[in-house]
Amino acid sequence: MTHAGYVAAGWGLTIGPVAAYVAWTLVRGRRLARQLPPEERRWTDS
Amino acid sequence: MTLSATTRPPAATGDAGPAPGPPAHTGSSGSRVLGTLTIVGVVALVAFGLVISPADVNQGDAVRLMYIHVPAAIIAYLAFFVTAVGSVMWLVRKSTWWDLVAASSAEIGVLGTGICLVTGMVWGRPTWGAYWIWDARLTTTALLFLLFCGYLAIRRIPADPAVRNQRAAVAGLIAFVDVPIVHFAVSWWRSLHQDATISRLDPTIDGLMLFTLMLGMVVFLLGYLWLMVHRFRIAWMEDRIDDVGLDRALDERRAEGQPQPVAAAETDTVGAL
Amino acid sequence: MSVPLLADSRLVAGKDLRLEWRSRVTTNQVAPFAILVLVLFGFALDADAALLDRATAGLYWIAVLFSGLLAIQRSFAIEAVDGTRDALRLSGLDPGGIFLGKSAAVAAQLLTLEVVLLGGVAILYGTDLAGVGLLAATCLAATVGIAAVGCLYGALAAGLRVRETLLPLLLLPVLAPVLIAATRAFEAALGTVGVNGWAWVTLLAVFATTYTALGLACFGSLLEDS
Repeated sequence: MTHAGYVAAGWGLTIGPVAAYVAWTLVRGRRLARQLPPEERRWTDS
Repeated sequence: MTLSATTRPPAATGDAGPAPGPPAHTGSSGSRVLGTLTIVGVVALVAFGLVISPADVNQGDAVRLMYIHVPAAIIAYLAFFVTAVGSVMWLVRKSTWWDLVAASSAEIGVLGTGICLVTGMVWGRPTWGAYWIWDARLTTTALLFLLFCGYLAIRRIPADPAVRNQRAAVAGLIAFVDVPIVHFAVSWWRSLHQDATISRLDPTIDGLMLFTLMLGMVVFLLGYLWLMVHRFRIAWMEDRIDDVGLDRALDERRAEGQPQPVAAAETDTVGAL
Repeated sequence: MSVPLLADSRLVAGKDLRLEWRSRVTTNQVAPFAILVLVLFGFALDADAALLDRATAGLYWIAVLFSGLLAIQRSFAIEAVDGTRDALRLSGLDPGGIFLGKSAAVAAQLLTLEVVLLGGVAILYGTDLAGVGLLAATCLAATVGIAAVGCLYGALAAGLRVRETLLPLLLLPVLAPVLIAATRAFEAALGTVGVNGWAWVTLLAVFATTYTALGLACFGSLLEDS
């Protein structure tokens, strides 16, 4: 690989923040969902 | 990550009144299908982008950054377009649903422009010899990033929902209308100084590289949709908690005759976010 | 329809300019600040005549933007006191007229500032003010655009505790194309760079028209709800 460091940095700086955002979204979703009764969450199907 | 959502026991901590019955999260069968597809796509993109596809004749392996840079840019533009549509729909129909879509989409769009800028800079260093040059598209994206940071800042100011949505919708429109003007001004300006614009991808692009780029677009689109579903549901719940949840929680506390200031305080801060 | 709109806007613009005339904030505070910015640029660039000559157009418009921010903040600060905002809302004036009036008042103050600053660069940077027609057209088109966006965002941020910090963050990215276009047009007028200045003035006019139209369409809803 010719630009291994740059490629790793670019992909890492993409995957890292996206993963963090996804985790934050899921965690926040759970915390909020616990505060609402199920009938307010119409998507709940399981 | 979506898959783990199904296996985790629901509402284990129950800090603000556990909701009985179904698990408390933002997933649904639809979003799980979407999430599974996205994860498969990401694995495929990593395989094609980093291993299978060949290095470029001119750019070498730096071309592998394009497989995330270009899709991130396109998804960001799409996201901001959705924000503009949502803003118009709020202004015309006073539709809360569309306002929440606009808010969710703008946040993901800012993430997308951020990724686009970072990968663009990392790509520019070996290719142009500098992290930043005043390339027309890079400059436009940077301004777009700042414009929608302002939009998110407006959204974060606590206010009556109707007022906040109104402000945000107008701000979203102001920002979106600026995009073509910015694009035009910047590219016109840069074309005065540079004779030849450096193209990022060779027009005679290798078949496997083109496939990888297309795969990147599909994966980013799936990821955008998945994030939109979850982010929208968060916004929806925040809206509901603002509306009814807080009153109901307080009523329940009172009915118990046992005030729990800690839990109430947390409900309050979450509602104000 | 258009006649009451213009009459309302004249009323509002007259009110703002009368207030301004009595308080003299623009002439006594904002204009000296603008000149101060020019002096500070002189310090920063080591009073290098050649460098200042090349940078004049850009420095001029940066000074206009920064001092213009103050004028815009001032224009909505006067509505925040004594419930004037509610009075304005209940006055029965056409919201579009209010928008045009406030924009016109801001634009008038900005134009005054720009004339002062032109004198400033002529004296401090030794700029030879050639191409007067192009300079005037650029100032006019840019000013209308800045005033229109400024009034939209000013109304949006009015009444918020964080408006002093929020307004620059919102305004300056939107005004970036104005800075680019006005600077290039000035460079053409002053002969620093050989570009077609009138093409840039056209872009400024498009910007001004777009945001004036958006303001006319949206200002009513901003005034209603916030």
